[in-house]
Amino acid sequence: MGQVSLIEVSKRFSLRVDGAVQVVEALDRVSFTVHDGEIVALIGPSGCGKTTALRIVMGLETASHGKVTVDGREVTGCGFDRGMVFQFAELLPWLTALQNVMFGLEMKGMRGAELRDTATRYLDLVGLKDSLSRRPHQLSGGMKQRVGIARALAVDPKVMLMDEPFGALDAQTRETMQAELLDLHARTKKTILFVTHDLDEAALIADRIVVMREGRVQEVMSVPLARPRGDLGLVRGTTEFAETRYRVWQALHAKTVH
Amino acid sequence: MVETIDRERAQERAPSAAAEAPRRPVPAWVITLGSLVVLLVAWEFFGRDINPVFGSYPTAILEAGIALARSGKLWSALVESLQPFAVGYALAIVVGVPLGLVIGRFRIVEAAIGIYITAGYAMPLVALVPLLVLWLGLGFKVKVAIIFLLSVFPICINTWLGVNAVPKTLIEVGKSFVAPNSVILRRIILPATLPYIMAGIRLAVGRAVVAMVIAEFFTSISGLGAIVITSANNFDTATTFVPIILIMFMAVALNYLIGVVERRVAPWQAEIAGRDQQ
Repeated sequence: MGQVSLIEVSKRFSLRVDGAVQVVEALDRVSFTVHDGEIVALIGPSGCGKTTALRIVMGLETASHGKVTVDGREVTGCGFDRGMVFQFAELLPWLTALQNVMFGLEMKGMRGAELRDTATRYLDLVGLKDSLSRRPHQLSGGMKQRVGIARALAVDPKVMLMDEPFGALDAQTRETMQAELLDLHARTKKTILFVTHDLDEAALIADRIVVMREGRVQEVMSVPLARPRGDLGLVRGTTEFAETRYRVWQALHAKTVH
Repeated sequence: MVETIDRERAQERAPSAAAEAPRRPVPAWVITLGSLVVLLVAWEFFGRDINPVFGSYPTAILEAGIALARSGKLWSALVESLQPFAVGYALAIVVGVPLGLVIGRFRIVEAAIGIYITAGYAMPLVALVPLLVLWLGLGFKVKVAIIFLLSVFPICINTWLGVNAVPKTLIEVGKSFVAPNSVILRRIILPATLPYIMAGIRLAVGRAVVAMVIAEFFTSISGLGAIVITSANNFDTATTFVPIILIMFMAVALNYLIGVVERRVAPWQAEIAGRDQQ
């Protein structure tokens, strides 16, 4: 199982601008559900609250109102039922790739030979079997993010939360990583909620797309593309892809904000 | 799928494999040695013309040093000086680092005692020595206290600054894996702060050495400081220079040693920083 529900989630910040206190409504009654095994993309322009929503689901921030549940249990903080993949991987620079993956497992209480074996297995899963003892600065951007994915995946969460995971990568590496993520999803069947600002990425990867604007959910739409997606280069040429992409574009540019 | 991964990895590997064979530059130690030779020769050349009461020159200092070493005075003075130095300096590290970590990590502690640390750094310690003597006497204890007080603040402040510079996202990595505060402090903040801590420990060497001499001048006259004072009173300038140069040599050696330790405990730092100099 791995179903995530956001129920009327609101988040207010107080900002001090030129001496005056401004209340910023980052999220305003955001509700949507990610079903078990589903991939949902959270898309919107910068500052629309998509990352805040993800961080609240992870438990790194708390909602001002409303609640988040994972399989019906309310989120009150970070937990091993959710795994976070950070935008810039955020590997610990003094640890090797293997030790970075082991870190999460150790926090979960794993020890001894099992610890090393499990971490190695997950690095193998993301194609980094030969780079176990490299430190982050010896890894390329794509490899770093693979370690970040392995680290989150290794603790066997019900839900993977990804904050613009491929946003910092070059175009070619990004396409490779997108295909790898779909492959990983096919094998692990994890529920995935990911934040992106890339229309193509949302349409290529997600089952459903949540479009956010100004702290609100503008529209939730299904992607009419079959799984497995197969060759993503071919998917890009289909009319379904083009239509989905256009619908998201329309929602992002609509005059009225819901 | 597999093919695309392999191709991407091949691209990623390419730059490191193509590293060009560098032209061997002159090693740094050769340049340092050259600089020392030039200085010593110039000093020797010009120093010989100065009245031996007002100045001295390397060969005369070397002679005086050999005489002092033969008489055994130099070594007993060195040991006498090093004992309070080692204890005071070690104590400064043991107290300064954890204190800096706690101040940097906890807002309340920072607000409550941060101000004393900042003020303490600027404290005119020499002026306080008479008071310290009243409290602790003229012996070993007061010397340790002076060395400790002068070197603990740079270590503590640097550690504190280091904690403040730890990227928030690294701490969030710990939080996202439900790490308790103590684990975040020990396994994320401490290693991330290590380069700052080592810099603080290096800065403190200079202050600790100065503190050592101050202590020997203003409490019971002893150790290397005593040799400086007695030989200066006898207008034996060459001998005065012996402990001064020995102390400076000691500080340089200690600084080098700390550098070695730093590369041991924080090897990633040197690799990330990768100095590019002209």
